[in-house]
Amino acid sequence: MEDRSTYKRRNIFSGFMFGVGLVAFIDEAVFHQLLHWHHFYDLSSTTLGLVSDGFFHALSWFATVGGLFLFADLRRRRGLIPLRWSGAVLVGSGVFQLYDGLIQHKLFRIHQIRYGVDIFYYDLVWNIIAVLLIAAGIWCIRLSRGKEHVR
Amino acid sequence: MYVERLALIIASCCILSYLLAMKYSAKRFKTWPLRKLVLFVSGIVIGLQAVAGPIAMHAHHSFVYHMIGHLLLGMLGPLLLILSQPVTLLLRALSQSGARSVSRVFRSRYARFLIHPITAAVLNIGGLWLLYTTHLFHLMHESALVSMLVHLHVFAAGYLFTLAMLYTDPVPYRKSYLYRVIVFVFALAGHGILSKYLYANPPMGIAPADARQGAMLMYYGGDLIDLTIIVILCWQWYQAAAPKTSLSAAKAAE
Repeated sequence: MEDRSTYKRRNIFSGFMFGVGLVAFIDEAVFHQLLHWHHFYDLSSTTLGLVSDGFFHALSWFATVGGLFLFADLRRRRGLIPLRWSGAVLVGSGVFQLYDGLIQHKLFRIHQIRYGVDIFYYDLVWNIIAVLLIAAGIWCIRLSRGKEHVR
Repeated sequence: MYVERLALIIASCCILSYLLAMKYSAKRFKTWPLRKLVLFVSGIVIGLQAVAGPIAMHAHHSFVYHMIGHLLLGMLGPLLLILSQPVTLLLRALSQSGARSVSRVFRSRYARFLIHPITAAVLNIGGLWLLYTTHLFHLMHESALVSMLVHLHVFAAGYLFTLAMLYTDPVPYRKSYLYRVIVFVFALAGHGILSKYLYANPPMGIAPADARQGAMLMYYGGDLIDLTIIVILCWQWYQAAAPKTSLSAAKAAE
């Protein structure tokens, strides 16, 4: 039998991965496909940006699917702590959004959030939301400290 | 024209062999499930679209159609085929000595090298980079022989890669799930990066608008099929990692 702390760590890992995948998916579905705010490819992109984008995209699919299977595994083993898992989802979402907003959009310039508008406020809102998500997630994880596993 | 006819003959022979193997396997083992026959036939028919028929015809002058053919021949067709487990069926259908010589081939050093996840990924994704970023793509439209060889490679490499990720047939010296996942991330990234590269740098002789549409199809279509493989791979992992003790036994122990 694995001990409690293994499950505690696994709740964080599973939730974080799913959070990363979820935000990547929302970004792709909402901003690329529905709103058409982002472009498929911004012609000013650097090679490094293209490579980093490719790896993050590949990882995000694995994070979504793998994170959910880990969630199922935790339930199967009766090791799920819902508040802790949800907190990790929030942290994962926030970290990915902050990475996307600072590194991918600003440093590598793969694409911008939107074109033909003053981008500053969009960037500000994007990254403030990311920081808020991370803070809320950490708060949830702290609250979950005394919590027992779901039986 | 004769290439199309040849492909049709080979495809029919494959389906016929599968049916025959099903018949012989049923003599000594449980009946081979019908859904696997359906997977096999659809895999063959879908792969065939890249070589014969309307998609193949349009592929000569349209990059978008070429890319549809690539997705069917190199990704979807192989996935369906490996899920139909043709080698397992073959081993069941053959006599003991026949099966032994087949498994000897599979266990050979050469086969082991080919089915290694990294080799398979390099052959698959590396082959695509070679095809689209060199003169090969142009040459493929000039010579029927080159075109045939490229199609053969795309299919074989796609099959090898999918098999090396999912191990649906008896593969000797298996790599761990984590190992395969890491190789897969690199392969998936390589495919995505190539799609975006082609969006910005059209292959020789392809109009920019056509190249952009084709590249986006390659990106999202490839994602869809890769996502299916990821789900199957994680599902296999989840099954393999099931706790050894049953739930009732665990309860009794508490």
